[in-house]
Amino acid sequence: MVSTRRMVLLGGLGTAGALVVGSSAYVAWPRNTAAIADALAAKPGERFINNWIKIAADDSVTVVVPHCDMGTGIFTALPQMAAEELDADWSKVKVEAAPPDRAFANGALAEGFILSTQGTSADQLPAFLRGAVANTFRTVAGFIDLQTTGGSSAVRFTGVLGMRIAGAAAREMLVKAAAARWGVDPSACTTQSHRVFQAGRSFGYGELVAEAATYSPSSNPPLKPRSRYTLVGKSIPRLDIPRKVDGTTAYGLDVVRPGMLYAAIRISPVFGGTLLSVDAGAVERRRGIKKVVRLDDAVVVVADRFWRARDAVAALDPRWDDGGNGAVTSAQIAARHAAGLKGDDFRKDIGKGDGADALARGRLIEATYTVPYLSHAPMEPMNATAVWKDGALEVWSGTQDGLGARAFCAKIAGLPMDKVTYHLLPMGGGFGRRLPGYFNFLEHAVKTAMALPGLAVKLIYTRDQDMQHDYYRPNVTSHFRGALDGEGRAIAWSNDYTTDDGANGEAHIVYGIANQRIRTVKVATHIPTGPWRSVEASWHGFFIESFVDEMAHAAKTDPLAFRRALLGDKPRHLAALDLAAAKAGWGTPLGEGRGRGIALFESFQTIVAHVVEITIPPGGGVKVDRVVTAVDAGMAVNPDGMKAQIEGAIIFGLSAALNGEITVAKGAVVQANFPDYEVVRLAECPRIEVHLMTSDAPLGGAGEPGVPPLAPAVANAIFAVTGTRIRELPIKNHALTVASR
Amino acid sequence: MTVRLKINGTVHDLDVEDDAPLLWVIRDEVGLTGTKFGCGIAQCGACTVHVDGNAQRSCVTPVSSVVGAEITTIEGLSANGLTPVQQAWIDHQVPQCGYCQSGMIMAVSALLRTNPQPSDEELANAITNICRCGTYPRIREAVRALAGKV
Repeated sequence: MVSTRRMVLLGGLGTAGALVVGSSAYVAWPRNTAAIADALAAKPGERFINNWIKIAADDSVTVVVPHCDMGTGIFTALPQMAAEELDADWSKVKVEAAPPDRAFANGALAEGFILSTQGTSADQLPAFLRGAVANTFRTVAGFIDLQTTGGSSAVRFTGVLGMRIAGAAAREMLVKAAAARWGVDPSACTTQSHRVFQAGRSFGYGELVAEAATYSPSSNPPLKPRSRYTLVGKSIPRLDIPRKVDGTTAYGLDVVRPGMLYAAIRISPVFGGTLLSVDAGAVERRRGIKKVVRLDDAVVVVADRFWRARDAVAALDPRWDDGGNGAVTSAQIAARHAAGLKGDDFRKDIGKGDGADALARGRLIEATYTVPYLSHAPMEPMNATAVWKDGALEVWSGTQDGLGARAFCAKIAGLPMDKVTYHLLPMGGGFGRRLPGYFNFLEHAVKTAMALPGLAVKLIYTRDQDMQHDYYRPNVTSHFRGALDGEGRAIAWSNDYTTDDGANGEAHIVYGIANQRIRTVKVATHIPTGPWRSVEASWHGFFIESFVDEMAHAAKTDPLAFRRALLGDKPRHLAALDLAAAKAGWGTPLGEGRGRGIALFESFQTIVAHVVEITIPPGGGVKVDRVVTAVDAGMAVNPDGMKAQIEGAIIFGLSAALNGEITVAKGAVVQANFPDYEVVRLAECPRIEVHLMTSDAPLGGAGEPGVPPLAPAVANAIFAVTGTRIRELPIKNHALTVASR
Repeated sequence: MTVRLKINGTVHDLDVEDDAPLLWVIRDEVGLTGTKFGCGIAQCGACTVHVDGNAQRSCVTPVSSVVGAEITTIEGLSANGLTPVQQAWIDHQVPQCGYCQSGMIMAVSALLRTNPQPSDEELANAITNICRCGTYPRIREAVRALAGKV
């Protein structure tokens, strides 16, 4: 049964929200779905005991994860959470990706964001789901097509609301089966290490599975307290890693189909442009060329080998209609943002106390910050393989939503879902690029395959196409004003920020400043944007934590002490800040040309504090030497896995802070490949020390929260050493030398 | 015309152009997909293979330039089981998405053959492969642990 509390909460989302529980959330998983699941994903001898757990007669437990692997460790962390409640023997636990079918739709994820955003409207969905909603669930029927991997949500939503309950419910069913055999009450039975015990006798789980599967899974089985965890909280080696050191993990790029052809594409360089004409004669007689396909926005060459297709498409001279955006430049876009901030088209975000009126009561500090567009640039360029045959479509690709991708391909091909088979493969990096709403590569692959009926075609974006046809982290600007009283205390905070979308909750500050006004103005451009690891927090983290640092220096107060004074009612934030500072030796001297910066940001329910140590070499520039980090995510399901995510986020954030910049000229992206979109390599990689904290807070995300405070911590360190305040990223555009201060 | 390549000890007579890129010949003609495409211009190292034991970026290597050479891919790195480098990658839980790691492991394996105990600086200068997941700290740790063992 669906509880009244859930019904009330779901009421906020209306009909669509209610259907989530009714159709796909774990609590209301209908019995006939078990048969569907068995048919789709059970191997001989296995049975689905509930939607995400299979148990076989040989005792093996397979946790079926309704997500895709992009390297974040969730294919170990989620099975840990299920196995914990199941009292499973970890050596008998396996993991599989769920097929992209509605039987495995991720109701827990839907429920998670609904619960965590009570009172929201469908227009205020978290950014990482917005594309999915726009493309697949605005209709009630489509709402259940959700298997999204993003928003640092796997553990905190699927894990907390789904996997734990699935594991506990499966355990309950096994206990009932054993109790029935013994003719005792289930409460007399206990479980441990893959067996049900009662009065000295026991059955293994595999022996009980046939009977256990006849019971209905409970919607609210008792869950273990953290104090009884034996698997959750342990750094169990990741299950996916052995196949990632010998080249055997097959990504989307690695799909092989009989008689497969290869396709290379050139997309209209100006976003929104269309193909007018192309003379295919120049390449059609080249070796291996099968077809030149004209799409609305691109020309595609299909050949028997990829390099032949790639070289041929490069040799074409297509003519484009630029859609009226062929003259747009980065400078014009910057001017639009500046004009937006000078205008009066603001939408109020939040206000506190006397708002901006209080600015007049103290010493005014004012600054404007900007971040550039950024590309995701995952190591595996966008690609998909498709075959359209006899009115049915089969597609292979790595995306952050298998079910959403299947629904998208069905829409593009004009087919019902049951005529579309979608094979979800591991991704060579996602970072938001492969989320629903950002599936240009799937559209291009499906349309190309439809031009060659019966033939499997693998379409691969070359790196320049990948980089120039991304959905970019937006270029946005914040204009801050703050006021300090006579004792250097912050008394007012005003932030006017541009957005290419709606208001951002990430602009709200954790600091206890009595008077606040936060407003936003929408600035439209033709550049497609999308979620990029940590989404809105990626820019508001930089803006807020840099400006707080400016206020601290203006107040002639130590930046750590200034923040501490504003965190009186935020003990978890204060503890993270203090731990990072203590571990980094904040306040101890570092020597000539060296210095530290600090920053703190909460995102995806996880608090991260970084202290960054830098050196300004005698010849100028900056070297980041060391990053010391404190993380409070409640607790880490797999501590080593969480550390790896924070390390990765630090490096991802550092690449962006130092070098990341996508610019626009003639309506198109200028950068094409790694030489002009440089990222951090081993030589620039700092020493990283991650300190995980444990609190009683709900579990937070792992993949993204390390990014937002990284750039400001670096920029604050640069100010400490050079006196230069970085108000515009990337840092490479600023000449840095040691100030004679 | 036929190009004769020796890959992982097996001779392949391949009907490809002289200037066909080794990466795509390995992947699409020979069918070994462990070697990855990342940038196509020898910037990222995802396509690293060994040519006579030395690391080489195969995406810009014309096949005619490696005729007669011993070419080794990730699939041929070890005759049986895992090499110490691969085992160290597991011990230090290096890969995240894993896509760049074939190239990373090939590059590091070639380095350790000539410099079995590289300093952090030597490692960073030699290994310029890109990992967007940010596994560098663990690569550094794994290589430190391998010092003198390969």
